[in-house]
Amino acid sequence: MAVESGDEDDLSINEQAISASEDEEGSDDERKHKKLLEAISSMGGRKRKKQSERSEASVQVSEFFVNAEGTGEKVNISDLLGTVEKTSGAANKTKKQLRNLQNSKGTLALPLNKQQTEKIQRGIAYEKTTKEVSCWQNIIVQNQKAEQIVFPLNQESLGPKQVEQVVAGWKAQTPLEQEIFRLLHSNSHPVNDPVLTPVEEASLKAMSLEEAKIRRAELQKTRALQSYYEAKAKREKNIKSKKYHKIQKKGKRKEFLKQFEEMVKTNPEGALEELKKMELSRMEERMSLKHQNSGKWAKSKAIMAKYDDSARKAMQEQLQMNKDLTQKIVVPSDDEHESNEEGLETVPDFVNDPEPIIDPVNPWMRVQLTHEEPEVSCVTTDEPQTAEQENEEEELIGEFERKRKLRQADEEDLIPTEEQSKRAGLKKILAQNEVVEEDVVEVSDKEEEEEEEDEEEEDVSEFNTLFRLMRNEKTLEGTNQTPQGLNTPEREDEEGLLNEGQIRVRNIEDLEILDEDTAVGEATSEPPNKKKSEIDLKKVLTKDAKVVKVPFLPTVVEEEDHGEQISIIKEAFAGDDVISDFIKDKRKQEAAGKPKVVDLTLPGWGEWGGVGLKPSRWKRKRFRIKMASSPPRQDRKLPDTIISENRNTSIASHQVSQLPFPFQNTAQFESCIRTPIGQTWNTQGVVKKMTKPKVITKLGAIIAPMVKEDFINKTTTSAGKGPAIMLGENKRANKGREWSSAKHQGRRGSQKRKKQQT
Amino acid sequence: MAALVPEVLTSTHVEKMNKKKPPKRYWEETENTDQRRPEEEQGTAVQNQNKSTVKERSLKRKNGESLEKKDPFSGEAPIPHKQLQKFQRGEKYKVPAGARQRLKEAIISSEAMSELAQKQAARYDLLLPEDAGFLEGDEDEDTNTISQDDIADAADITSGSKYFNLHLSQFGPYRLDYGRTGRHLLVGGKKGHVACIDWQSKDLMCEMNVMETVNDVKWLHTEAMFAVAQKRWLYIYDSKGLELHCVKKFNDVLRMQFLPYHFLLATASATGFLQYLDVSVGKEIAAICTKMGRLDVMSQNPHNAVIHLGHPNGTISLWSPNQKEPLVKILCHRGAVRSLTVDKTGTYMVTSGLDRKLKVYDIRAFKPLHSCFLPAGASCLSLSQRGLLSAATGDIVQVYQNVLGSSPVSKPYMAHRLQGQIWGLAYCPFEDVLGIGHGEGFTSMIVPGAGEPNFDALDTNPFRSSKQRQEWEVKALLEKVQPELIGLDPGQLSKVDQASFEQRHKEHVEALGFDPLAKDKFKPKTKKKGRSSAGAIEKRKRKVAHEDQRDKIRQTVQERTERDKEQKEKSNEKKNLGNKSTLDRFRK
Repeated sequence: MAVESGDEDDLSINEQAISASEDEEGSDDERKHKKLLEAISSMGGRKRKKQSERSEASVQVSEFFVNAEGTGEKVNISDLLGTVEKTSGAANKTKKQLRNLQNSKGTLALPLNKQQTEKIQRGIAYEKTTKEVSCWQNIIVQNQKAEQIVFPLNQESLGPKQVEQVVAGWKAQTPLEQEIFRLLHSNSHPVNDPVLTPVEEASLKAMSLEEAKIRRAELQKTRALQSYYEAKAKREKNIKSKKYHKIQKKGKRKEFLKQFEEMVKTNPEGALEELKKMELSRMEERMSLKHQNSGKWAKSKAIMAKYDDSARKAMQEQLQMNKDLTQKIVVPSDDEHESNEEGLETVPDFVNDPEPIIDPVNPWMRVQLTHEEPEVSCVTTDEPQTAEQENEEEELIGEFERKRKLRQADEEDLIPTEEQSKRAGLKKILAQNEVVEEDVVEVSDKEEEEEEEDEEEEDVSEFNTLFRLMRNEKTLEGTNQTPQGLNTPEREDEEGLLNEGQIRVRNIEDLEILDEDTAVGEATSEPPNKKKSEIDLKKVLTKDAKVVKVPFLPTVVEEEDHGEQISIIKEAFAGDDVISDFIKDKRKQEAAGKPKVVDLTLPGWGEWGGVGLKPSRWKRKRFRIKMASSPPRQDRKLPDTIISENRNTSIASHQVSQLPFPFQNTAQFESCIRTPIGQTWNTQGVVKKMTKPKVITKLGAIIAPMVKEDFINKTTTSAGKGPAIMLGENKRANKGREWSSAKHQGRRGSQKRKKQQT
Repeated sequence: MAALVPEVLTSTHVEKMNKKKPPKRYWEETENTDQRRPEEEQGTAVQNQNKSTVKERSLKRKNGESLEKKDPFSGEAPIPHKQLQKFQRGEKYKVPAGARQRLKEAIISSEAMSELAQKQAARYDLLLPEDAGFLEGDEDEDTNTISQDDIADAADITSGSKYFNLHLSQFGPYRLDYGRTGRHLLVGGKKGHVACIDWQSKDLMCEMNVMETVNDVKWLHTEAMFAVAQKRWLYIYDSKGLELHCVKKFNDVLRMQFLPYHFLLATASATGFLQYLDVSVGKEIAAICTKMGRLDVMSQNPHNAVIHLGHPNGTISLWSPNQKEPLVKILCHRGAVRSLTVDKTGTYMVTSGLDRKLKVYDIRAFKPLHSCFLPAGASCLSLSQRGLLSAATGDIVQVYQNVLGSSPVSKPYMAHRLQGQIWGLAYCPFEDVLGIGHGEGFTSMIVPGAGEPNFDALDTNPFRSSKQRQEWEVKALLEKVQPELIGLDPGQLSKVDQASFEQRHKEHVEALGFDPLAKDKFKPKTKKKGRSSAGAIEKRKRKVAHEDQRDKIRQTVQERTERDKEQKEKSNEKKNLGNKSTLDRFRK
């Protein structure tokens, strides 16, 4: 393609050259002939590139094969193009542009016909007008939505004005004032708030040299420290020994605990923060199953635990960790309480604990003297009963732990007896917080035995262990359920024998009338899906009466026995059984309300008919139309009530039966009109607000149509963040800007108008 | 744009001062400054001359901070939740998701308005300053043993003068009626004696003998007119005793009730007819044949203007003038109903029957709350504005407190013995007074805590002048409620007429060819990478299918679980209470 086009270009060059030379030299046959020949040769399929020959002498001789033809002529595009094609360095873009230029040398296109031009003009005009008109859109929507519009729109507000507004209207007029303000502005002096100049502010902000030095030194130091710390941490992190990390962690935890206790005393706020952290860790723990017995390691340990003591211990430790972490932390409530609590803390908690050596039979001995809830951590308990249980349980755990430690310390060489293993099992149960149905009696028996056994050992070391365990107990407190708590049903059974509860005394009347409570019980015991179409006689008039004591009895009526009264009443109304009458009435109403079956069978149609012959079954099935069942009666659950199902048509004419526009369902509409607007139900102010007119026109004032400048100005001023008070030139400058913009708009508007006219 | 507001000033000199405060940075410790403030306050309060605090204060002043004074009670005064709840009207409606803009605006604005109304009403509740009275006995002294004379002696003179007797033994047992404002008393003896009295000043307005049996008397809307049900016809007199009308359409009337907001006089006759007379135009609105025999027990529900009738077969029927059959029929007693009354809020109904029982019903649910047995059943019942129940048993009037609660009563609050059979009982509005009409005349009894202490002066003003009365009359007539609006639910008018709405909607849909109110069908989005295959689309559709139904199910399930939980708790409580043993005292 490129080559071809190149050839053509050459041709054209030649042609032009010829035509130019013709003018110069006049008619020349030779040339004409040559041209003809060339034309002929060009028509042939093969195109040879011809080199133009130098035919005559010329002043300028180029070394690049350029003939001197057409010297002093204007440069044509085609000339340029030819060279561009040849030079590889020329930009593609320019190449393209030039080519396009050349291609477009054809004749001018015909002007569009009238219809089309008009169409295009209309389109443009439409676009312009929409643009112009759509700037009204906002204001119109706003006015439509407005709760109230006061006409004429831009009224000056009456009444006293604010000082700032009055001041804002003032301009610097005299040359002196102008000069003053110019000075102020040129020095960027604040006009509105003359407290500090910017220079002063800047100077205030600046630091002295010494300060800066100190600051720099500080920063350097912290940076260095940080880098040291980072290096250390990295080093420690690279240590791969698990044991090392374990020990580290333990040490850290211990230290932390120590610190925390100190912090509680010295810096309660810091302690609070720490508590928050603990809370966070608790959350994390509760979310994850990290220290539960479900992990791979834990499972393996659980299997091992049966035989291996250390595994068991490890397992327990892990569970303990979980428990510790998941424990709820109670924040000390107030500063006032804190001082109290601190005072209390000096007396150890175990003072109030029951003595370990006790008579197990005597229930009083088990009771803690005065029990305060621990301030650091405890579970918030609703019932005092659970608190007790927890206390007892805590004791139990403490006991176990104490013994274990004693055993470890003193008699490690002892062979674990059967009982011990039992105990361990029990311990496990307690620790794991499992729900196990176990007899309380058994547990308590065991406990007692153990207590008796360990009495002597405990005597000496008990105090130390107690101290040691104090904190543990605190944290342990209130986490677990008691085995005793689990066994409450049994206890209830036992106590059933010694029941102190009220005994319901039934009247004679009550024999026939069912108590409501029992009815409820029956209802629960009965299968719920049982149909109750039949009205139960016993369910009508079910309320039992309570006899009222009266200070003085009426003189007219003699005192009678309750039973006698009933018999008398029964005699009096032997004839009319009101209840059955009522039920009959109700049945009747129900039956009347039920939809009737429409029978369309035609006897004798398609089969034999006559006396004693019934239409066949299929026919009856086919032609008896059952109407849709009516909605359930309102009184279906009220045996002694009949509620009329008739629709109240009288009110319908006053009701709304068509939803107004924006509402899509009745609930929306009803909720919108649920608040009355009358004076009877509302305060005066609310009534006024609710019933204020949508449009207010001022009497006698001319209401001019809205002008575009009105709202446009408004929006610009509201959007602008300029200071409320502008004095002097500043203000004027602003005004000038506004004015110029308005003018500009006006001009633009006039232009548009002109365009529309054309 | 709407209302013209003076241009809002973004900043003033004063405000600039406030803004001088350096901005708080997050790295600066916030706690320290917080702590400092209370310290400072304490220092100023105790005049503590601690050096550090003084220094801080001076520092602050330099910064210009202490110049501003913070309002310790900024914003509106809070309104107690209880008070707000008192004035709540219906549930708040949330804007549904995906609602159109206009709908959203409408709902939001109406919600804002109703919230404002509620808040303002709760605020203005402050303007009801009066408290109700009460009677308190000494230790181990029953209030019902305190005699009226003692109370009258102990109380101030004006209150004491409210206990009085009118000895009118000649014309047999009296019926009575107090006017709506509580100033005027109308008594009618069975043997024809009719008198109206301004009972507080003991000023006799008129007195006459109609020379006929008088079955019932009733004030009409003002104290200028009253109706008397005589032996044959119903008569209307003015306060001077002049006979204004003899309404011959109303015969053998036994009991009457006046519905003040509808201007309707409802009458129950011996022939079993319940008739309504519009006293503003003098027209009979409705005549209903109840087919229940003699109607001599009647009461009105002030909440919804429904008439309650008691019948000899132990039932109570509720009537409106718009329906020829009873709205509701309740079987209350095994014997005939002797008397019934409905409380002011229209929540409770108290009935007494020949079976000597007194029953309290919740007439919103039509369920009996509790019943008690009176040794001699109550022949007359009346509920006061504040819920005290008075019951006439033979010649004794007993007043009960807290009857309308859930627990049954065991003994009366007050009691008073009279001579002769009691024929009429009525509480005086806005007064702690119970009027008793009996065989020997009339007794006004003091019952502390009976009357509503705060009155609405625009509605019923006990102290209104005649001019005010006239104005009120005009206003009341303008605001007259049409009898068609009487029904069980007084809020029916504010609801859309569902039946005709549906009908209309159906027609509309037929005409249009589509349902304009229908919800748009769920259109699954087209997704790429083969996730918009037919199967996938079907799956996605199924995910959102029956969403509303699912919501409903979810809700019911939740409700059920809650109910179960409650029941369980209740039963647990019962168990705990029931299984008290002797060993319980050993428990901590």
